[in-house]
Amino acid sequence: MGHTTSEKILAAHAQEEEVRAGQFVEVDVDIVLSNDITAPISIREFERLGVDEVFDPERVVLVADHFAPNKDIKSAEQCLAMRRFARAQELPYHFEGGRMGIEHVLLPEQGLVLPGDIVVGADSHTCTYGALGSFATGMGSTDIAVTMATGRTWMRVPETIRIVYYGELKPWVGGKDLILYTIGLLGVGGARYQAIEFAGPAMDSLSMDGRFTMANMAIEAGAKTGLFAVDDTTLDYVDGRAARPYHVHQADEDAVYVQTLEIDVSTIEPQVAFPHLPENARPVSQSGDVRIDQVIVGSCTNGRMEDLTAAAAVLRGRQVHPDVRCIVIPGSQQVYMDALRAGLVETFLGAGAVFSTPTCGPCLGGHMGVLAGGERAVSTTNRNFRGRMGHRDSEVYLAGPAVAAASAVAGRIAGPEEVLA
Amino acid sequence: MKLRGQVWKYGDNVDTDVIIPARYLNLHTAEELAPHCMEDIDPGFAEAVQPGDMIVAGENFGSGSSREHAPLAMKGAGVSCVVAHSFARIFYRNAINVGLPILESPEAVDDTERGHQLEIDLEMGRIHNLTTGDIYQADPYPPFMMKIIDAGGLVPYTRQGMRS
Repeated sequence: MGHTTSEKILAAHAQEEEVRAGQFVEVDVDIVLSNDITAPISIREFERLGVDEVFDPERVVLVADHFAPNKDIKSAEQCLAMRRFARAQELPYHFEGGRMGIEHVLLPEQGLVLPGDIVVGADSHTCTYGALGSFATGMGSTDIAVTMATGRTWMRVPETIRIVYYGELKPWVGGKDLILYTIGLLGVGGARYQAIEFAGPAMDSLSMDGRFTMANMAIEAGAKTGLFAVDDTTLDYVDGRAARPYHVHQADEDAVYVQTLEIDVSTIEPQVAFPHLPENARPVSQSGDVRIDQVIVGSCTNGRMEDLTAAAAVLRGRQVHPDVRCIVIPGSQQVYMDALRAGLVETFLGAGAVFSTPTCGPCLGGHMGVLAGGERAVSTTNRNFRGRMGHRDSEVYLAGPAVAAASAVAGRIAGPEEVLA
Repeated sequence: MKLRGQVWKYGDNVDTDVIIPARYLNLHTAEELAPHCMEDIDPGFAEAVQPGDMIVAGENFGSGSSREHAPLAMKGAGVSCVVAHSFARIFYRNAINVGLPILESPEAVDDTERGHQLEIDLEMGRIHNLTTGDIYQADPYPPFMMKIIDAGGLVPYTRQGMRS
């Protein structure tokens, strides 16, 4: 009886021959991550542990991205606490200012997270790195404090749901549409305590950016992580970035899955998830007349070059609707630079959009695009919970970058084909 | 240890954004967070909640963001225990780590209404609805979790391990 990718990675890090779903294991961690809103608690709990030094300064990554550039005095103090800790511990991977990015865009880009790794982060979207064939999962600040001190954590080996995607993608359909559709099938608790393996021919031909988007939202189905098999696309991405050696683990042919789903992607239209749950996905053509006030293109879900390229393709030569604020946020300084060089920034500014420095800002109602009561946004972010982007009576509709850009032009939820026609 | 309190009842998928909205994540102590606890699902909660009160809810409680501020805010507000059909996994770990008692018992949840009085025996995992008189047995913790709970949370548990 074979093993899933998760079982293999966890066994290797627990120094066990094999582990099985349901077992509790203690594992060595390759990278531990925290950010400006979760690190202050991690640092406090780290000090309570009575430990002087982190287990390995090269393995502890801190990123100021949520309320940075500092949105207010309290946020500035949280970033300051993180900076002081990074200096005291001599951490080489503390990112802020002009060297930062949204953590889950930045870490893969910098080659800090690699295939076969175990990564734990004080951020629920840490599962993004599953796109690289790593076992990556979000935890709270205290778990992260303990891992910063010991380099270890405990895990329950998860059961795995295998999802096989096949068929040709329709025009304008990308990773975001596939994952929203999938969450619609599974429900927001459908993969609770489990891992997802994204597989099949349609995944083999998906770009790295598309894979990051899908793995990123595994948590929105309740999953512990979502993994892709390592293939040439992964290795092409990792080559030249990897800061250290890594080991690839692949699922066995006869691995045991708790469930296998098959999805024909050729039937999937661009999707929109209605308030207030990511599972409320429906085809954009069935959205009805939903007037909007704001559009966000960006975040750890859709702040990469492919996303900005898709949004720009829709906005090029068009104007953002006069009733809409369209805010485009690259996921990292590298994405910003690439967008600048490709002429996308000019396209966004020409269309009447805002182009911002990287930040998580509006995704969680922090800054750079907070909604008033009664306002509606179409957003390429990952959550549409009540109050997520601001006032508790505001609404967030989740979509991919092409639908977001088309909606910005139309002033209401719209698909790209409608706007380009 | 026996806990006693009045019930605040909510539905499925109570996410950590409604437990403590992100606009307050520039704060990080239980005392600072408590006045905003449950603000986006039940704006009157923080003002009316009494020490010892309990939250009873449906499936997937604590879903979404990993913010440990959520169980901290509840502790700060005086919530003594959360009983739910099920918990999201990060919240489950966080609650155990910070010492917020949580129990899974779908039957108790289904039969309990807002305003009922519950008495909970944590060692036994027994939930006694004092309003209806019914008694329920919660699902036991995995043995591994019991070690962390017995130690008083993850930090003391880890300190014990580092000493030995």
